[in-house]
Amino acid sequence: MSLLLTHTRYQFLETVRVPIAVIGNGFFPAASMLFFVVPFAGDDPVGATLATASMMVFAVMSSGLFTHGLGVSEDRSQPWDPYTRTLPAGPWPRFGARILNALAMTLIGLVPVLIVAALFTEATVTPPRFLLAFLALLVASAPFQLLGLFIGYAMPPKAAIAVVQLTLFPMAVGGGLLTSPVNPPAFIDAVAPFLPSRGAVELVWAALGYGTPDTLTLVMFGVWTAAAAVLAAWAYRRDEGNRFS
Amino acid sequence: MAESTTGSTTTSITTTTTSLGPAAGTASGTGTEERTGTLARAVEVTRRYGDVLALDGVSLDIHAGELVGLLGPNGAGKSTLINLFVGLRRPTSGRMELFGGSPADAVRRRGIGVTPQETGLPPTLRVREVVDFTAAHYPRSIERGALLERFGLSGLERRQIGGLSGGQKRRLAVALAFVGDPRLVFLDEPTTGLDVEARRGLWDAIRDFHAEGGTVVLTSHYLEEIEALAERVVVIGHGRVLADGPIAEVQGIAGVRRVALTGGDLPELPGVLRTEREGDRVHLLTTDADALVRRLVRADVPFSDLEIRPTSLEEAFLTITARAPRDA
Repeated sequence: MSLLLTHTRYQFLETVRVPIAVIGNGFFPAASMLFFVVPFAGDDPVGATLATASMMVFAVMSSGLFTHGLGVSEDRSQPWDPYTRTLPAGPWPRFGARILNALAMTLIGLVPVLIVAALFTEATVTPPRFLLAFLALLVASAPFQLLGLFIGYAMPPKAAIAVVQLTLFPMAVGGGLLTSPVNPPAFIDAVAPFLPSRGAVELVWAALGYGTPDTLTLVMFGVWTAAAAVLAAWAYRRDEGNRFS
Repeated sequence: MAESTTGSTTTSITTTTTSLGPAAGTASGTGTEERTGTLARAVEVTRRYGDVLALDGVSLDIHAGELVGLLGPNGAGKSTLINLFVGLRRPTSGRMELFGGSPADAVRRRGIGVTPQETGLPPTLRVREVVDFTAAHYPRSIERGALLERFGLSGLERRQIGGLSGGQKRRLAVALAFVGDPRLVFLDEPTTGLDVEARRGLWDAIRDFHAEGGTVVLTSHYLEEIEALAERVVVIGHGRVLADGPIAEVQGIAGVRRVALTGGDLPELPGVLRTEREGDRVHLLTTDADALVRRLVRADVPFSDLEIRPTSLEEAFLTITARAPRDA
C-alpha cells in the first residue's frame, strides 16, 4: 500500500512538473464546451446539463487515452521504466499508480469544463446528483483507461499518438458526445449503441436524473471494458519479450 | 590503450585479492541460502528475441563475495544475461535463480541492486526524490547523505536530474544500485561516458562495497576496467560463455596482436587467427607477434611498412568468438 502511494506520488510529480501536459489535458474538453455547447445549448437547462455531461465524458475519455496511451508508451522508451521493474515490487504499485494518476489528471481535466458550464450555461445539478454523476464518470473512465494502457504497452510513442487520436475522436463523435444530446443525427443513433462512449455518457446522464441507459448500450460498454482489459493485460505481458537489449 | 594500463592495473588486482578469501561470503550473513554460497545462478539458459538467439545454453554461478566481470563485444548477450538475473526478462528455456528462488519474485530482488542504463533518470525529479523513491522499496537503506557523498554527489540533493551533468547522472545511476543495502549488485556498463577521474572514483566505491563483503557482477567495454576490478572474468560471445576463469587466464586470451604490412600474396602461416585485406595492406591477427614476424622473415616474402599494434578488446573477442563454433 505504501509502495502504491510512493509510486503514485513520484509519477504525479513527474507529470505536473511539465505544466503543458496538465494544461493540454484540460484544453480540448473546455474548448469543445465553448464551441459546441455554449452557442447551441447554453440557454436550455436540460440541453446544457446533458451536453456538459457529454463534455465531461469526453474529458474522461481524453485523459484515459492520452495519459496512458502516450505516458506509458514514452515511459517504455526510457531506461527508467525497466529500472523500476528491477526494484523489489510487483507490477501492481506501478499499475495502480498509473490508474490513480490518470484519475487525478481526469479530475484536473474536468475542472475547466465545470467552470465553463457554471459561468456560461444554464446547466444545473443538485449536490447528491453531482456526486452520483462523479461516481458514474469514474466507472465511465474504465474502458478508456484500459484502451489507453493497451495502446501504451503495445506501441511506440509516435504510433501511440496517432492511434489515440484515431480512437478518441471517432468514438466521441460516434457516441454522440459532440452533437445535440436531445436530437441526434440518424447515423449517430445507428452506431452509438455499439461504442463505449455511448454507454459511458448514458451512465452519467442517468446519474444526473435523465433517462435510463439502454440495455444494448450497457452490454456493449461491458464488452468493450472486458475486451480492453484483456488487450491491456496481453500487451503488458508481451512487452517483456519484444524489446531488444 | 589497453597496453599502456596493464602495468598499473596488475598491482590493483593483487591488492583486491588479498582482502578476499573463501570466507568473504559470510560477511553479510543475513540470507538463508548460505549453504552453497551461490547467490545467483543461470542453468542452461537460452533466450531468443524472435529469430535472434541472444543466449545459447548459458550456465553460470555467482558466488557470495565474488567480483565478476562479464566481458564481450556489443550484442554478445551480456545485457540480456543481466536482465535475466534481475528479473526483467524470462528465459526462453532453462532456469534462473536468485537467492535460491526466482528473479521474477519481488522478495528475492530485495537483496540486489541494479543500475539504470545510460542517462535514463526522470529529468523532472530531484536527486533526493529519486534516491528516496528507490529506498522506499527496500527493508533497509543506506543513509542518503552518506550515499551521495560516497559517489561525489554531495550538495546536489535538491537539483533536478535534468540539470545534472552527464557524469553526475551516471554516478547517480550507479549510486542507486547501492541504496537498498544489497548483497549483490549488477552494474551494466557503470562507467560509460565518465572521465578518467570520475571512473577511478567509482571504482573505489565498487571496491569498498566488495571489501565489505558485497558481491558484484559488472559488464564493461573497457578491458582496463575489468582488469582493475574483477577477479573472475566471464567472456561471452554469440550468446555463449567462451571463457570463465581468473583474470590472468582471460588476459592471455585478450593478448591478441595485429600485425599489419604491405605486400603481395603470403604463404600459409601458422599462428594466424584471422587475415584481413585492405587494398595491398594485409592485417594478421595473432597471439604471438614475435613468432609470426620471425616466420615472415624466414619465409623471405617481400613486405614493407611492418606495424604491430595491440588489438582493441572488440577485435580480440571477435577473433575468439569467430573460433568459438568450432571449439564448442
